Amino acid sequence: MLHLNKLTKQYATGDKALTSVELEIPKGQVVALIGPSGAGKSTLIRCINRLVEPTSGTVTLNGKELTKLGSGALRQARRRMGMIFQEYALVERLTVMENVLSGRLGYVGFWRSFLRKYPQSDVDEAFRLLERVGLDHMADKRADELSGGQRQRVGIARALIQDPELLLVDEPTASLDPKTSRQIMRLICELCAERDLAAIINIHDVALAQMFVQRVIGLRFGEVVYDGPPDQLTPETLTEIYGEEDWEATIDKIDEEEDEAEQGAVA
Amino acid sequence: MAVSTNLEGQKVWMVRDRDAQLKRWLIYFVSVAVVVYCWMIISDATTWFFVFDAPRIAADIGGRAMPPKWSYINELWEPLWDTINIATIGTVLSLIIAVPVAFMAARNTTPHQVFCRGPALLLIVSSRSINSLIWALLLVAIIGPGIFAGTIAIALRSIGFCAKLLYEAIEEIDEKQVEAITATGASRWQVMAYAIVPQIMPSFAGITVFRWDINIRESTVLGLVGAGGLGLQMSSSLNVLAWPQVSLIIFVIFIAVIISEMVSAKVRSAII
Repeated sequence: MLHLNKLTKQYATGDKALTSVELEIPKGQVVALIGPSGAGKSTLIRCINRLVEPTSGTVTLNGKELTKLGSGALRQARRRMGMIFQEYALVERLTVMENVLSGRLGYVGFWRSFLRKYPQSDVDEAFRLLERVGLDHMADKRADELSGGQRQRVGIARALIQDPELLLVDEPTASLDPKTSRQIMRLICELCAERDLAAIINIHDVALAQMFVQRVIGLRFGEVVYDGPPDQLTPETLTEIYGEEDWEATIDKIDEEEDEAEQGAVA
Repeated sequence: MAVSTNLEGQKVWMVRDRDAQLKRWLIYFVSVAVVVYCWMIISDATTWFFVFDAPRIAADIGGRAMPPKWSYINELWEPLWDTINIATIGTVLSLIIAVPVAFMAARNTTPHQVFCRGPALLLIVSSRSINSLIWALLLVAIIGPGIFAGTIAIALRSIGFCAKLLYEAIEEIDEKQVEAITATGASRWQVMAYAIVPQIMPSFAGITVFRWDINIRESTVLGLVGAGGLGLQMSSSLNVLAWPQVSLIIFVIFIAVIISEMVSAKVRSAII
């Protein structure tokens, strides 16, 4: 469904963020993108919806070459790609409802959106999504009144109301506590399964990625160095992605944390 | 740089090393010397007799100005109303131009870095570099004396002020919110309405009432050059040395400024 061909990005400063990245993601697959800071993870997902213009190479979504589109066609294509951000990137001074409905901006005209006269079907969908992410009682709150986890749920609802085929998720849990992180990751993955959505999730927490996704891609210095199932990540592959470190603890940690969580629930 | 080793081999840390410290002292010394020298020149050029005489003259004028001529207030209501109108309408007119200019001047929203940003910045600088009183002088000559000239003078001076502060606010917005709205497939205008406008709303409100507040004070002066408002009464009273009237006008201006200050504080806290 999504195909990246020789995708390369070189910034004006001369830094090469991506070098000839080849990637094929089928419909409905959730992929975790791991790698050290500066490996090009954020650049990669921003090159897909062209928030960052790739230097060369192509991105193809359902046979349509995104890298060739003019600005009007690009806006239409962006509607089918929902994006979720690290620090939520909600419009702080707007209400939760306005933030969710802003996901429909690509579908409604300027004056309708400016006067907040969205079609009733959009409003219905917004309420449905808010209920799904557990925030239906918060619709009228301003976004800056919410906690981190709640904000990220609003961010998820905003991405889903776009009716996307693909989710681009940039460090969804980086500013959340461990428990909320898991809940958010679980929610994203459940929603992808419900709607048969493909997703690319940038994530720092390797253990968390292994818990939820079907496929892991390791990026180092802008190149794919690992592409495979999460359970085949070995200390050797992690060393290749991140550099030398004692990885045993990271990999074992998953089971221990599971146990602790269960004990915590019992207690 | 500031880390060195002393004779016992101990590591010593100081904020600045010796050369930097000496350089600082030299700069301080030169600054003080310049101030003293300038003071000498000013002192030579001053007729000290008039300065020593000043308290007596001030007391004399103050004595004649007291008590204010309260009955004169009936002739002040209309110019006071004019003054408030000049300030308010002038502020509104200036905003109509300042808002688009600010969007053209801000690095992150300008349609073109050279052809839009350049002229916008030039407009801001030229509006700001000329004081309202000078604008009023020019406009009284061009469109004749009266309230209209005062209103336009206030508006012209305020464009630069409002546009400058507003474009700085636009440049300081959180770009992530813009990115997020862009990623939904929103158009350029929708991004502006959803991601930029909500973020600059508090600054916009603050700038507006702050400028209105300043304009109330400035418009009380404009009458001195014939551009309407309280200043006109002020200059005619000064010309006939009617000190009790002058003191009443100053008192009225004082009250008007306090009220405008209170209003702007209320508005600011209500919107933020």
